[in-house]
Amino acid sequence: MLTFTLRRLIQIPIVMLVLSIMIVGLTQLLTPEARASGYIRSEQQAAQIDKIIRDHGFDKPFPVQYGRWLSSTFQGDLGFSKTSSQPVLDTIRQRLPATLELAILAAIPIILIGIWFGTLSALHKDKLLDQIMRVFTVLGYSLPTFVLGILMLKVFYGTLGWAPGPGQLDTINQFTVLDPAFKRYTGMLTIDGLLNGKPAITLDVLRHLVLPVLTLTIVSSAGIIKIMRAQMLEALSSDYVRTARSKGLPESRVTGKHARRNALLPVVTLSGFTLINLLGGSIITETIFAYPGVGQWAAGAAGNFDVPAVLGFALLTAIIVVLISTVTDLLYGVVDPRVRFD
Amino acid sequence: MTVTLSAPPAPGRFQNFWRSRPVAKLRRNKLAVIGLLITLLFFLTAVFAPLIAKPAGNCLRDLNMVSPNQVYNPLGAPFWKAIFVPPQSCYQTQRDSFSPIPVPPNPQAYFGTSNGYDIFYGLVWGTRTMLKLGLVIVGITLLTGMIIGSISGYYGGWLDNIIQRFIDILFSFPGIILNVVLITILGRSIGTIILAFTVTGWAGYARLIRGEVLRTRKLEYVDGARSLGANDLRMISKHVIPNSITPLLTTAILDLGTIPLSIAALSFLGIGLPDGYTDWGQIMNYARSWLDGPYWYVTVFPAAFIILFSLGWNLFGDAVRDAFDPRTR
Repeated sequence: MLTFTLRRLIQIPIVMLVLSIMIVGLTQLLTPEARASGYIRSEQQAAQIDKIIRDHGFDKPFPVQYGRWLSSTFQGDLGFSKTSSQPVLDTIRQRLPATLELAILAAIPIILIGIWFGTLSALHKDKLLDQIMRVFTVLGYSLPTFVLGILMLKVFYGTLGWAPGPGQLDTINQFTVLDPAFKRYTGMLTIDGLLNGKPAITLDVLRHLVLPVLTLTIVSSAGIIKIMRAQMLEALSSDYVRTARSKGLPESRVTGKHARRNALLPVVTLSGFTLINLLGGSIITETIFAYPGVGQWAAGAAGNFDVPAVLGFALLTAIIVVLISTVTDLLYGVVDPRVRFD
Repeated sequence: MTVTLSAPPAPGRFQNFWRSRPVAKLRRNKLAVIGLLITLLFFLTAVFAPLIAKPAGNCLRDLNMVSPNQVYNPLGAPFWKAIFVPPQSCYQTQRDSFSPIPVPPNPQAYFGTSNGYDIFYGLVWGTRTMLKLGLVIVGITLLTGMIIGSISGYYGGWLDNIIQRFIDILFSFPGIILNVVLITILGRSIGTIILAFTVTGWAGYARLIRGEVLRTRKLEYVDGARSLGANDLRMISKHVIPNSITPLLTTAILDLGTIPLSIAALSFLGIGLPDGYTDWGQIMNYARSWLDGPYWYVTVFPAAFIILFSLGWNLFGDAVRDAFDPRTR
C-alpha cells in the first residue's frame, strides 16, 4: 500500500505541471499587447503599454514567461480580475466555499440515489420498476442542465411560487450577511449561519439550494444508476453469489453484503468523477441560479475578456481535479487490494 | 424437358447490412426507431430550414428575393441558394422588434418573440447551425483522433506512452473549462467554437482507435499483408482502420447528439456563438428574464425543442451502441 500511495502522490506535481503548461500555453495565442491589456486600469497606463510588456516579459520566449508565471503563482499572485474588481486569489477565496457547498450538497443525493435506484433496478431486472427506472435514466441524461434548471425555475418559482427565485439569499438576509458582525468562519453560509447563532440564514440558504440540488440530482444521478445496475447484475450472476445462496444465506444478506459490496467498487471512482463534473458544471449551474460561487464569476469573466480570472479558475479546477482523482485512486486501493499490485 | 435451377441472387451490400445481426437488433428496438425518427425529423428541419422558417429582412435581400414565398418555387434560383448556400444574414435570428417584452405566438411569429427575436425562426435555423457545427466538429475530431491514435498504437514505445499519458490528463480535466479558456482568449466566433471542441474532442477517438490498432495488428491477416510487403501507411489505412470503424462510428453518432447541446450550453452562458446568431442556447438564455408572468412560450418552446432533440438522439445512439457492442450479444 505504501509504494502504491507514494507512486500515486509522485504523479501530482507532474500532472499539475502538464495542466498548467497547457492552460498558460493557451495565452500564447494572444499578442503581447493583448496580454498586457489585462494589467491596464487607467488611461495613463495605456500610454505605457510597451513598458508593461517589457516589465512583465510578455515579449520573452514561452519557457521564460512560464517560469515567471510559476514564480508569481507560488507567491500567491494570480493577477487581477476586472470582473470582480479585486485580485483573482481573493475572489477565489471568497467564492469557492459557496461552490463547494453546492457541489457537496448535490453530490450526496446524487450518489445515494444512484446507488439505491441502481440496485433496485438490477434486483427487479426487466420488471415494471426496472422499466420505470430506465425511462427515468434516459430522461435524466437527456436533459441538459441549463434547460432543466430554467424549467425548474419557471415551474416552481415563476408559476407555482413554491421555491425562491435565483440567488443565494433573500434580500433582507443579504444585509445580515454583509454586516461585519456576521463572522465568516468557513465561508459556507449554511455552517456560518449556525455558528453565528442565526439559523434563519442557514434555512434561507438551504431553501435557495433546493432547486439547484434537485436539478443536478435529476441530471447527474442517471449515470450512476446505469453503472450501478450493470455492476449489480454482473455481481448477482457471479460464482460467489451462487455459493452464498447455496450456503442457505438469506436473500437480503446475499444481495446486501455479497453482491452490493462488490458492485460498489466502480461507484467509488464514479463518485469522484461526479464531484469533478459538478465543479466543472458549476459554471453553468451557478449562472442559471445566480448563485455567487466561482463558476458564476468565471462565466462572467469569460464574456468580459478577463483572462487572469479565467486562467485562475482553470488552475483552481486543475488543482481540485488532481486532488479528487488522487483521493479516489487511493480509496480504490483501500477497498480493492488488486489495484495496489497492478 | 429440362428444369433449370437458378441460384438465388447473391445478396447485395445493402441487404447484407440490413440483415446483419446488429441492424436487425436495432430494427426490433421500438425506442431506437422512435429515436431515429426524431433524429431524422431534426435533420430534415436543418436541411429545409429556409422552407420552414421563411427568409425575411436582410436574408431576403441577400437571396435576391422580393417576396418570402418565392423560396417555395423549386425552379427559381433562390430555392436552391437558400437550401444549399444561404447567405450569412440568414443565420441572424429575425428581430421583429426592439422592445424586449415577449409577444405571444401569432401568425407572423409562430412561437412568439423573446427579447424581440422570433423564437420559431431562431429554433429552426438554430437546428441547422447546430447540426452543421456538429458534423464539422465530429468530422475534424474523428480525423485528428484517427491519425494520432493510429500513430500511437501502431508505433508504440515512448511515443505511445507520452500520447496516452497526455490523453489521461486531458480526460481528467472537465472539457467545458478548456473550451471556456479558449473562447475567452480567442473571442466568440464559429471558428473558435470549432477549434475549442476539436481540442477537447479528439482524445476519445484517438484512444478508441489505438485500442483497435493494438488488437488488430496482432491478427494473422495483418501479418500476412506485412509479409507481402505492405508499407505502414497502407497497413493502417487498408487493414487496421476498416476493421475498427464500428466503434468509431458509434461514438461519432453519440457525439453528434452531445456536441450541439454543449455549444448551446456555452451560448446560454453568453460565450458561445456571436450575439443574435441562430442557436438554441441564446434563445433559452432570453427566458431567464421572463420567469414570472404570462410568458410561458418564451421558456416552453425552446426547452421542448432542445429536450426532444436530446431525447431522440440518446434513444437512437444508446441503441446503436448496445447493438454493435459485442459484449451485449
